[in-house]
Order: sequence, then structure tokens, then C-alpha cells
Amino acid sequence: MLIAISFYVLAFTAIAAGFMVVAARNPVHSVMFLILTFFSAAGLFILMGAEFLALLLVMVYVGAVAVLFLFVVMMLDVDFVELKQGFLSYLPVGMIVAVILLAEMILVGAAYFAGESKTVVVTDSEVTNLEAIGNVLYTQYAGAFEAAGLILLVALIGAIVLTLRARSGVKIQNAMDQMARTREDGVELVDIEPGQGLG
Amino acid sequence: MIPIMQAVTPASETNWLFWTLLKTGQVLLFVLSLALLVAALVLADRKIWAAVQMRRGPNVVGAFGLLQTMADALKFFFKEIVIPAGSDKFLFILAPILGLVMAFAAWAVIPVAPGWVISDINVGVLYVLALSSLGVYGIIIGGWASNSKYPFMGALRSAAQMVSYEVSIGFIILTVIFLSGSMNLTTIVDAQGAGIWNWNMFRLNPVGEYGLWNLLIAPVMFYMGVLFFISALAETNRPPFDLPEAESELVAGYQVEYSSTPFLMFFFAEYVNIMLLSAMMTLLFLGGWHAPADVGFQFVPPFLWFFAKTAFLFFMFAMVKAIVPRYRYDQLMRLGWKVFLPTALAAVVIVSTFVVFLGDKAV
Repeated sequence: MLIAISFYVLAFTAIAAGFMVVAARNPVHSVMFLILTFFSAAGLFILMGAEFLALLLVMVYVGAVAVLFLFVVMMLDVDFVELKQGFLSYLPVGMIVAVILLAEMILVGAAYFAGESKTVVVTDSEVTNLEAIGNVLYTQYAGAFEAAGLILLVALIGAIVLTLRARSGVKIQNAMDQMARTREDGVELVDIEPGQGLG
Repeated sequence: MIPIMQAVTPASETNWLFWTLLKTGQVLLFVLSLALLVAALVLADRKIWAAVQMRRGPNVVGAFGLLQTMADALKFFFKEIVIPAGSDKFLFILAPILGLVMAFAAWAVIPVAPGWVISDINVGVLYVLALSSLGVYGIIIGGWASNSKYPFMGALRSAAQMVSYEVSIGFIILTVIFLSGSMNLTTIVDAQGAGIWNWNMFRLNPVGEYGLWNLLIAPVMFYMGVLFFISALAETNRPPFDLPEAESELVAGYQVEYSSTPFLMFFFAEYVNIMLLSAMMTLLFLGGWHAPADVGFQFVPPFLWFFAKTAFLFFMFAMVKAIVPRYRYDQLMRLGWKVFLPTALAAVVIVSTFVVFLGDKAV
């Protein structure tokens, strides 16, 4: 009963916030609604008993990814009204994506109700979520896990290569040099004769 | 109080009303004691700086200035809330509320003595980490909603700073999780019992689970403890890392447009967060509620040990503020990304290898 109420509240919030991500006039408000969507999804995870995934979702997506979204969106200097013009011209593309998603969801739902294979396998209650995930992630799916790691590494290096540029004439602070400096390196005593410059 | 705190029973269909009342009571108890502690800590903070700078500090309101914080709080409550005309009013009001709620919510999983915890969940460490990473929203939203230059600069700085240091905090905590084999804070503290030589910061016990090998990991974990403390300073925007509110550059950073109660809430959240990170360091590195040695200290309640260690760490926070000058922003970023992150990552590799090959379940 309580769980059912929580589910409907969270699910409704997630959908309403997801709608508002698209509908909000101000991009910053959009990101706020996106965060609310993530939060509701985390709540749904907890209702399913997947508290580890829920907290990971909050930590990674809300705590880091959405912060960077917000960071970028806040610094953009765009005319929000102009941005929203021609909004409806994206409708056909949006419809196609929506139809594909709907078809996928129906497929998943149908497969679930046909009872052919259950994707969610209930482990015994002694094993915590964390251990259960670790046990399959690093044995059965070790290859996929390593592949994901490699892809992320490539993305990381790609991002650095794309933004790295060497500029000449820029003074860069080198902490080691500064620490290694002695008085002799930094100070030069010059005895200047009266009436003469350092010339 | 003790039996009430220990009656942590899961919600069942029959006693859900009792359970709700019990949890509400526990939450109220935590919030009230934290609020009173903040009042005491603000004063302690000011007294410690004053002592370092050879001043007297607050000494007019009440005996030894004990009521100074109360007077300040009352003043904030009765002032007018000024909302700038060009601000985003909803977000402007939401920001301090969000900051304060996140700061308090993280305390739900902090065990202050055996069984004295609101919710003893399996992923407690992760919960604290997740909620402390949400604290940054209060600052960013507040800075943006003010629609003003200085708050915005402060908000951007704090966003970059807190996200950067969360990464190294995550890796540091990972080493402790490896050694304890659990993300449950109570289990982590229990693994550090029986004496100071079992605390994660000083692993000097030569006859424990790892035998003499334990001494090998001791310097790494001591370094991790120091790193955690410094990262905690950066995470809470305390000096020497208080760049989001550097008054010489940004007036007061994200707080510039805030007055009255909303400002008080930001201020409150900051101190609750400082206490949270002191408590986390006590739990993860300094043995939680365990006495430094098991001889002759049995009459001291465990809670007092926890409190004393947390208070000591807070004293260290205050001393750092009094002694160390502020970092420049690029230096702060270099420290986080080029020093803390690589060394914490190396420590994760070392500790996990150590646990796998030398622990009880060694392969």
C-alpha cells in the first residue's frame, strides 16, 4: 500500500519533471527539472531494493554530470525566446524517437508478461546489492566492463587532445622550480655609481 | 534516550505508526542537537581565531560571550528578507533551503555511538558522499538566481572546486572501504576497535588480520587520512580554500545578495557540513566511538569519544583558518587534480592489491 503510493508519486514526478525539461522556457530551469527526474528515478530504484544503483545515480548524474550541465548552461549567453522559435519543427523527429521508445517499452513489457525469461534475478537476502553487482560485473561481464573502461579512456584522451593547444609567450607557473629557487638565483646585488644608470 | 535510539526496528505493517513517530523523534533529536552545536561551534571558531591572533573575541553578550551566536541568530531572524528585483525568485529562496536540507539529511546514516543512528543502511558511505555532492547545488543555484556578477563568479568557482575534490575524497574513502570490506559505517567503525593501533589512520597493529604486513600499509593510510582532512577543507569551502566567498576578490561570493534568514541558512549549512566531514573523518580514520586503548576507559560512554574526536577535528579546522593564508585558484586546482587525485589513485591500487594478496581471503 505505502509502496504503491510511493511508486505512483515518484513515477508521476519523474514523468512530469521529464516533460518540464522540454517545456521549461529557461534552460537553467530545464536542468533543474532534469535533476528532479534523476532524483525520482533514484527513488524508484530504492523501491525496487536497488539502493546501491540509486545512490550511484544520485552521485554520478546529479552530483557530477548535472552540475557540469548547469555550469555550461549558466554560462551560455543565448536569447531564450529566440531559441524556442521553430520549436515545433522538431516535432516529426521527436515523434519518431518517441514511437521507437514506445515500441521498445511494449516489447520489454510483453516479454516480461510472457514470462519467458526474467531479467531481474532475486539473489538470496544474505548477499548485499553491492556484492551481488560486484560478483557478476567482475566475472561474467568482465570483458564488457573492461571495454567500457577503454571507451571512457579513449573519450578522455580525445577530449584532452581536442582542447589542448600550446600557446607561445605564456608564462606558466612551475611549482618545482619555485621551490628549488635559492636566494642566489633570485637576487642580484649591483653597485651603481652615482650619476650612472644600470645601462 | 539510549533505549529509544537503540530500538531501530524495520517498518512492518503492524507498527508503522510507532515507527514513524520514533523516526520523527530521532530526526528532531539530531536536528536540535546539531543546531545547538552549530551555535556553540561558531562561538568556538571565533574564540580560537581570536586566541591565535591575540584578541579576546566575542565577550560582551552573556558570560564569556557565550550568547553571542544566539544574539546573531536572533538578529538575522528579525531582519527583512531582501530579494533582488532581477533575481529568479523561486530559485533564490530554494537555494539556501536546499543547502541546509542536504547538510542535515546526510546525518541520517552517521552512527554517533553503537546503535545510535537513525538509519543503519548498507551503503552508508555512498549515501553521505551522494548527499554531500548535492550540497553544491545550494551554492550554484543561489549564485545564479541572484542575477549578479560576484555571486555568479563565486558559484562557478565553488562548482568547479567541490566537484574536483569530491573525486579525490571518493578515492580516499575507497581505501577505507577496501580495508573494512563494507560500506556500512557501523561495520567500518567496528573494524577499528580495541585500540589506537587499529584505527585506519594509525594501522600499527603487528598481530592483527594482516600480521606484520600491516606496517606496510600504515604510511599509506596515514597519508590518506591527511589527504581526507585537506580535501574536507576544500569540500566545505573553508580557508585556505574559501575561494567561492573570497572577500578580497568577490566581496562574499555566492552570498552577496542574501540577507536575513536565507543568509543564516547558508551559514548554518556550512557549519553542519563542517561537522559532517569532521564526523566522517572520525568514523573512517579515527576509530569512531572507540577509546584509544581498552584499559581503564570503560566508564567513558562511547558517544563522548566520538564527540571528543569530532570536536578535536573541528578545532583543527579552526586552527587552519587562523594560520594558513588563502590559496590562489589555479593553485587549488593544481593541488586537487595533479597531487591529490594521482596519489589517491595510487593508494587505491596499493591498498586493493594489499587486501587481495595479504588479507584473510588472500588468493
